[in-house]
Amino acid sequence: MIPEQPTTPPPPPKRRGFDWRTALVPGLIGGGSIVVVFGVLGWLVATNDNWPRIRAQFFNPDHMLAALPRVAWGFLTNMQVWLIAMACIGVWALVLAVVRSLRGAWFAPFRLMVMLYIDIFRGLPALLLVILFGFGIPALRIPGLPNSGLFWGGVAMVLCYSAYVCEIYRSGIDSVHEGQRAAARALGLSEWQIMVYAILPQALRNVLPSLMNIIVALQKDVALLSVIGVRDAVREAQIYTANTFNYSSLVVAAGLFLLATIPMARLADWVTARDRARRLQQAG
Amino acid sequence: MTQPRIASGVAPRIAIEGLTKYFGNHLVLDRVNLRVAPHEVVCLIGASGSGKSTLLRCINRLIEPDYGKVLLDGVPVEDPSFGKTGLQRRVGIVFQSYNLFPHRNVLGNITLAPIRVHGLTRAEAEARAHEVLAMLGMERFARAYPEQLSGGQQQRVALARALAGGPDVLLLDEVTAALDPELVGEVMAAIKAQKDRGMTMVIVTHEMGFARGLADRVCFLDGGRIVEEAPPEALFTAPEHPRTQAFLSRLIEGGRL
Repeated sequence: MIPEQPTTPPPPPKRRGFDWRTALVPGLIGGGSIVVVFGVLGWLVATNDNWPRIRAQFFNPDHMLAALPRVAWGFLTNMQVWLIAMACIGVWALVLAVVRSLRGAWFAPFRLMVMLYIDIFRGLPALLLVILFGFGIPALRIPGLPNSGLFWGGVAMVLCYSAYVCEIYRSGIDSVHEGQRAAARALGLSEWQIMVYAILPQALRNVLPSLMNIIVALQKDVALLSVIGVRDAVREAQIYTANTFNYSSLVVAAGLFLLATIPMARLADWVTARDRARRLQQAG
Repeated sequence: MTQPRIASGVAPRIAIEGLTKYFGNHLVLDRVNLRVAPHEVVCLIGASGSGKSTLLRCINRLIEPDYGKVLLDGVPVEDPSFGKTGLQRRVGIVFQSYNLFPHRNVLGNITLAPIRVHGLTRAEAEARAHEVLAMLGMERFARAYPEQLSGGQQQRVALARALAGGPDVLLLDEVTAALDPELVGEVMAAIKAQKDRGMTMVIVTHEMGFARGLADRVCFLDGGRIVEEAPPEALFTAPEHPRTQAFLSRLIEGGRL
């Protein structure tokens, strides 16, 4: 026998009010320990006998200020190369990944070529490629080809990174459920249309977090172009150092890179978290 | 072996002759023969792995058989006269797991093939999609995304997508197997409506109520062969083949019949 129920259910439980202790104590302890650790480290460095020399060499405000305009100007070059390379890599890697994922015997030679491409460009150090392209091709003096080191260094970066990004795209394409392909085929879509309208939109959404990580990595790796004489932030800082025997300019360059990469890293985290939430929601 | 029960003189809509398919060394379909008359509803039942889904998918060429052939109105389905997409336009399929495109809304799912494959304008395709959705009682979900819909609603969208090209044959591959029991009814009602409109259907199902209520004929598959085919009443009440008897008694023990 079920006991008689009152006609109205009990009210929802009261939300617990804002509790300063549970909200603040963990944060205070965490923040406090960071202050202590870095305070001790800072104290150790600052009380070291060599600190004045270190400060003069690396953190000299006068030198930093003097180097800033040229280093910042160079950094603009870094960001330009980054943006252009990013766009080129995004497109070129997508072409490679689609070719690699096309099914059917006719595409076998193309699939093989892409595989070879990936093996080569993923297997070589980016630095070697940058030097080879940036110095080597302009040295050939082939009429009609651009002979700027910046251009060919950029090409080397694109070729190299595309190999990695292609594999990311491909993992995204493979992650789309086989049933999607079957449904699209049953509707009469061609291989190409299946890729464009059914597979790729889902694949790209799935790999966005991984792509963000590559974008952050590329953002700093464009500094490799400094070795072939491109006057980017690192190169400008080196030139300053060579003239003054002071390393503060390199610290300025480092600061500029962090200013750019840290927000990107946070953005990547955010995209990843959002993607994870979406997947959990779908699974539930 | 029971005789196919098609009135003599009626040309079959679907004729399957000697269909054989291996997956590796495993024989999935073993010389299957089946004829489906226009407007007829045939249910394929049998244990998992008996070849039901493979048989179904050979009809619209999602799977290519190793031997034998499938004829649609007397024309082999691989005949060039179908062109690249003619077969897909005449034969619609609905899957167990809906397989809706998650990045497209309901309208986008239904209009994709009409626009990209059949060459309709967006306006024409959307008008047709609204028509089909209205028929299925789904018109207010036209702008919803699949993840916002219940399983039964998603399956009705999948049905709408299959119907948008105006097929005269519908293949249903365990369309209620992934649904919560209380949602099965709405999908079954939608399929019943298609039967009443004269759709030729081949239905793979584990839902014996489905087979009983809808089918003109039930085929029992075992080991890649149709071992018995009969009208539902006859097959469920007086199965002749010992394999069918064993299968049905297992279902009764499991409380599913």
